[in-house]
Amino acid sequence: MASLLSRFCRKLAVPGSAHGARMVSTTTSCGSETVKSLNLYSAINQALHIALETDPRSYVFGEDVGFGGVFRCTTGLAERFGKNRVFNTPLCEQGIVGFGIGLAAMGNRAVVEIQFADYIYPAFDQIVNEAAKFRYRSGNQFNCGGLTIRAPYGAVGHGGHYHSQSPEAFFCHVPGIKVVIPRSPREAKGLLLSSIRDPNPVVFFEPKWLYRQAVEEVPEHDYMIPLSEAEVIRQGNDITLVGWGAQLTVMEQACLDAEKEGISCELIDLKTLLPWDKETVETSVKKTGRLLISHEAPVTGGFGAEISATILERCFLKLEAPVSRVCGLDTPFPLVFEPFYMPTKNKILDAIKSTVNY
Amino acid sequence: MAIWFARSRNIVSSLRHNLNLSGILVQRDHSPRHAFTNSQLSSRSVFLDSFTSLRHESTAVEKQLDLVQQSDEEDPQELNFPGGKVGYTSELKFIPESSSRRVPCYRVLDENGRIIPDSDFIPVSEKLAVRMYEHMATLQVMDHIFYEAQRQGRISFYITTVGEEAVNIASAAALAPDDVVLPQYREPGVLLWRGFTLQEFANQCFGNKADHGKGRQMPVHYGSNRHSYFTVSSPIATQLPQAAGVGYSLKMEKKNACAVTFIGDGGTSEGDFHAGLNFAAVMEAPVVFICRNNGWAISTHISEQFRSDGIVVKGQAYGIRSIRVDGNDALAIYSAVRSAREMAVKEQRPVLIEAMTYRVGHHSTSDDSTKYRAADEIQYWKMSRNPVNRFRKWVEDNGWWSEEDESKLRSDARKQLLQAIQAAEKSEKPPLTELFSDVYDVKTKNLEEQELGLKELVEKQPQDYPPGFHI
Repeated sequence: MASLLSRFCRKLAVPGSAHGARMVSTTTSCGSETVKSLNLYSAINQALHIALETDPRSYVFGEDVGFGGVFRCTTGLAERFGKNRVFNTPLCEQGIVGFGIGLAAMGNRAVVEIQFADYIYPAFDQIVNEAAKFRYRSGNQFNCGGLTIRAPYGAVGHGGHYHSQSPEAFFCHVPGIKVVIPRSPREAKGLLLSSIRDPNPVVFFEPKWLYRQAVEEVPEHDYMIPLSEAEVIRQGNDITLVGWGAQLTVMEQACLDAEKEGISCELIDLKTLLPWDKETVETSVKKTGRLLISHEAPVTGGFGAEISATILERCFLKLEAPVSRVCGLDTPFPLVFEPFYMPTKNKILDAIKSTVNY
Repeated sequence: MAIWFARSRNIVSSLRHNLNLSGILVQRDHSPRHAFTNSQLSSRSVFLDSFTSLRHESTAVEKQLDLVQQSDEEDPQELNFPGGKVGYTSELKFIPESSSRRVPCYRVLDENGRIIPDSDFIPVSEKLAVRMYEHMATLQVMDHIFYEAQRQGRISFYITTVGEEAVNIASAAALAPDDVVLPQYREPGVLLWRGFTLQEFANQCFGNKADHGKGRQMPVHYGSNRHSYFTVSSPIATQLPQAAGVGYSLKMEKKNACAVTFIGDGGTSEGDFHAGLNFAAVMEAPVVFICRNNGWAISTHISEQFRSDGIVVKGQAYGIRSIRVDGNDALAIYSAVRSAREMAVKEQRPVLIEAMTYRVGHHSTSDDSTKYRAADEIQYWKMSRNPVNRFRKWVEDNGWWSEEDESKLRSDARKQLLQAIQAAEKSEKPPLTELFSDVYDVKTKNLEEQELGLKELVEKQPQDYPPGFHI
């Protein structure tokens, strides 16, 4: 059945689907479910529809969310669930998150949208000092686990300083919240549903570059992809590559090029950055002896540093070469210089080769 | 030319008057949530909308109005912008930075504890009044003893509520038990009123095994879900937008309850004050915002905090009904909070109360306020403007309280507190595992590893660590 279906499935550019689209969600036992070809914003939209459908005490709000949102992720929600549950908020990120914390503290699910990750900082106090510590400081009398904060992040080709940022590292340093970044439409739907239903506040960064660019067969039903479980999306023996979000597409291209030169690359999608799945990366690096991490965010203090330090601790004697980080430069995200700033396929390929040839 | 325009303006204005028909109210619906509040606005829309329906009947009149509409820019009666119509003025006049008269302060009891004649207030029964007074006095004793305990080094830190007992107790008395309270940190009286025991207060201050907060936060950071009192957090004003969310939840659940949140004068300068009030107003959430304007934010006097007439005038900027109350008048606070609460719940709207008071004590045990304010200022408020004494006079004048009751209450409270402190001090600290729990709902692998690592360390070198913790 699976092979029949895969013959009819389109080969997708989405990472991890080089061997044909996976159809079945792990939650069902009987064969395949219906799938639909969706882009990222439609997959997210589907997840939100399902979330609101399955929990009458769930809410979606943020700036411009009512008409469908600037990226169309919230299309149709207000019409279907009503303006009491899906609504626009005043232009005030600290208010959006604070209001969301209040709702979540009362047992509701608040799925709030920050219009661009670049604008999340006014809410940083509410996220770090309030949401992350809400359960701990109260001795578990209170919690705001129902809070999920969604924000588009990452390079888009012309975004400049304030429409391209990848701020995940700031949040990975905060015990009490979770940080999740999907790589594709199918992943996004499952991870978003998990994030919404996870009993902890989650920051969910969506790669805006993929909102329209990525198209994938996405199961139509309600399914969840577990948090804190990394996935080996490409098997290999010579070097382990770790990334998340849109960067995986670039990394996969580098892996394909490297293969032509006889280098076998193992590619891991971390998916959840906090708390992250150290075991999967450790197992892989113990096999390959080499690690390369790539992210758009500036290299200094980026999340790659945490992965590198941890793997060094756990795999030191197995390492054949220093851990390589191919990341954004230590500058504000530039406009005309974006092609120079970005961790491109060729930068990654070069780093793969020099690591393998160390 | 000018005359013609003037005349046409007059014609149109008289036309509009004549067209004041049966008052067919046509609601301008920008969003289903927003009901008309401005009756003037609605009557203007009646003019135009009912006029539209007459369009086919009188083309002559229509032409006139069309002319006016065309020449709107040149000679408008009203200006139509997003957000509705506004009247027009050709006077270049600024709204003054402050009113010639400050917003008056609502009070019921004079300084001698006598009800001011013709006062508007909600009567308080003997039972309630005595209960209120007992709690105010108990709060005083509690503050005094915990403060001393800190001075003796038995607890690390304390914040008193001296001078603000009436705000604390009378507001609590005016609320329903299901109203959800989001405090700042100078409102333990609300928790006391709701039934948090002196032992529970002591446990939190000592951070022992019985502390509901599991010893994680500094003293006075109380919280109790049983009493619908959200856990105190040190950052200022963060609770305000959260209160808007809480209120909205209560509204959606159709609960007969509101959110009540407290803030000091200093806290109103924070961005979260703006966020909280604006959200509560836009979302039409049942929230009562109570600002304790006690004159000082640590060493910063209100003259260095804002240039407005206090906080009460800010309410209207958000479309929020507001009142200024004498915060040292328990009856006035009771009436104001009761009324505000009813309004919030019945009308599903936020209300702002500015309670004028004075922080008699230091900001906290880490502060010596004589360094920045006159000792006689403190004395004046402590003695002549004491809210507890003032209320006591009223209660006594009614024959509901005696000197005997007073000394019995204070000595009982003192005894209970000393016992509570002794017990709290002797009690074990929470087990070490509580360092790692509740970061998430379930301990992560990372935390389990760190806990294991720490246990080994402590077992190996116990002298490096304080005693009294179960591993």
